[in-house]
Amino acid sequence: MMKRRLLLAGVAAGAFAVPFAGTLASAVAQEVVKIGLIATLTGPQASSGRQKVAGARLFMAQNGDTVAGKKIELIIKDDTGVADQTRRIAQELIVNDKVAFLSGFSLTPLALAVAPVITQAKVPAIIMTAGTSVITERSPYFVRASFTLPQQTIPITEWAAKNGIKTAVSLVSDYGPGIDAQDAFKMGLEARGGKVVEQIKAPLANPEFAAFLQRAKDLKPDALFLFVPAPTAGSLMRQVVDRGISQAGIKVIGTGDITDDDQLNGMGDAVIGLTTSHFYSAAHDSPMNKKFVADFKAANNNLRPNFIGVSGYDGMHLMYEALKKTNGNTDGTALVEAMKGMKLESPRGTFSIDPATRDIVQDVYIRKVERKDGELYNIEFDVVKDVKDPTHK
Amino acid sequence: MSAVTSENLRPIGTPSEQLVAAARWRWFEFLFWGIAILCGLSMFAPMLGFNVPIIPSKMMLMSEILILGLLALSIDLCLGYAGLVTLGQGAFFGIGAYTAGLLAKHGAGVAPLSDPILGLLAAGLVAGFVGFATSFLVLRGSDLTRLMVTLGVALIVEELVNKLKDITGGSDGLQGVMSSPILGIWEFDLFGKTAFWYTLIVVFVCFWFCRRLVNSSYGYSLRAIKGNALRARAIGVPVNARLIQVYTLAAAIAGIAGGLLAQTTQFASPDMVAFHRSADSLLMVIFGGAGYLYGGLIGSVVFRIMQDFLSNITPQYWLFWVGVVLVLLVLFVRNGIIGLLSAAVSRSKGAGK
Repeated sequence: MMKRRLLLAGVAAGAFAVPFAGTLASAVAQEVVKIGLIATLTGPQASSGRQKVAGARLFMAQNGDTVAGKKIELIIKDDTGVADQTRRIAQELIVNDKVAFLSGFSLTPLALAVAPVITQAKVPAIIMTAGTSVITERSPYFVRASFTLPQQTIPITEWAAKNGIKTAVSLVSDYGPGIDAQDAFKMGLEARGGKVVEQIKAPLANPEFAAFLQRAKDLKPDALFLFVPAPTAGSLMRQVVDRGISQAGIKVIGTGDITDDDQLNGMGDAVIGLTTSHFYSAAHDSPMNKKFVADFKAANNNLRPNFIGVSGYDGMHLMYEALKKTNGNTDGTALVEAMKGMKLESPRGTFSIDPATRDIVQDVYIRKVERKDGELYNIEFDVVKDVKDPTHK
Repeated sequence: MSAVTSENLRPIGTPSEQLVAAARWRWFEFLFWGIAILCGLSMFAPMLGFNVPIIPSKMMLMSEILILGLLALSIDLCLGYAGLVTLGQGAFFGIGAYTAGLLAKHGAGVAPLSDPILGLLAAGLVAGFVGFATSFLVLRGSDLTRLMVTLGVALIVEELVNKLKDITGGSDGLQGVMSSPILGIWEFDLFGKTAFWYTLIVVFVCFWFCRRLVNSSYGYSLRAIKGNALRARAIGVPVNARLIQVYTLAAAIAGIAGGLLAQTTQFASPDMVAFHRSADSLLMVIFGGAGYLYGGLIGSVVFRIMQDFLSNITPQYWLFWVGVVLVLLVLFVRNGIIGLLSAAVSRSKGAGK
């Protein structure tokens, strides 16, 4: 009986939390700073939301929930991967909950949809996944804690040119980041004397790649470059293996999205030797990363963190540091200014925020899939230091 | 509430008196729209010193509910009155959204072109035109074929939106939509207040038009077609013409709903044409009860509030609970929420006698 009453009270409290949270905060001496995390927790992109939320929560668990004398409250919302929902939730978080930061955004369209809202409301938004270059140019309140596709792609073209790849076919998902990746790949490879024979685009909402892979195979290039959003990577790689692309003498390369740590173990031995370029691998060799991976697994039922998990973690870190720097001032413009030029230590290595573009500058690693301690990992063997997005002016 | 439809009314009088009686506004209709207006008025409460919980902070959600309700209403017109099953209403919704969005984007600053009301009319016209063009496909075949044909049209539109990147922005959505003030006076605000009143008025006007229509002799001819198309033809109802007209009209209304969403959120994306849009709104009609006009509206209110409530409690597993409620409702309640209410009312009336 007691329990049920408590439950009822909890539900009622939840329902009325929106209007009353404000009064509560002022009643208690300690002020609350709210952070909205808009993640995609249902639908095909659900794994990205799970990683992001876990990363953000882990940072709060490791570093406490008090910054500059203020209590941090994380509000998590599911946008189902639909842009007009992301926008409505962003608007509600700003207007009702008066959040100091927005964060999340699993796909580029979702981030673009909130651009006018955050510009109008002057609320900083931390991008924890979406990887199209142009996003940060759409609002002066975007700051990126993840990566951009051109930034990840250029290093692999360097590696490809050095390793005798002359012709290549690219296969990408047909949306913002995919186009960015294919353009950067062509630009990078052709600047180094290679040639992109054909650029194939597959629809974003389509898990079936057989026909596209067959076309790539028929063209017999030296290498096949792949990019799809990480949650789709598992099914793409299974089909790459089924089609026998590697057996046909075509080297499969790509950005780290296709050998996503979250799904790598399920792809099987056929992906061993696959070469990708990316900013994060769970196997990255540093004490900070070892602790991060161990804590992440312990808190999430042995789930391995991937680049989205680390971006959620670092996004939270950025917001904490910004609040420290402004001494708890939650003025949006001041917070963005505080983040410009910030340099932070992360499980991925050191990264910084470019003061001119508010985009991330970080090391990009060249990795190879190998079996280590009985599991598949991306083992880093080369690095390009401090890569900026090459397409920003 | 046995008086919800004219079908279960048994008034005495000449047929024309019966028609007039059936078209009369009833208390629960005043109640419904009264509540909607009260919800809107609650936004002024804080200025007068009252504190109304929740509602004023949910203006955006309420506008969205009304818009989805209008989309559901357009389906109800097809399904509940003419008996046309459609799974592709999302296509017209999307066409309307992109039409209004593109007009707002490219017409920005050009005074008459960028006016939201003109944008809505254009959205309705374009969607209605596409509806008319595809209505001939819908005439062929019966229910199952119609489901397939309407679904097919929706898929084609979705793929077009995806492929015509230069116009629609492809998967990234239509960027840079800036809605101008309504009639050059009322600006859209961040709180969604203007958006709510604007939406409420447009939805009411569309609803009032549909209400007039279904209570006219024209509306009765639609019901006759739903009842038995062969007999309707035998008594002289031009069945095909009526179906084309109602399908076109429903498409235009769906287009207006889409235009409203694009204008109030200043955004259009392929999600607006997607299959789940059509499926969700069909669900709302079934949820609320088909053939009452109010079914879609009430269905969308309950459906979206339930969604919002559950996804706030459990952002990861709310879809599961929505599914459970839907299964229970279909299993145990006939004719949706309105059916449930009217059964309850007639039972209490019976007990009172």
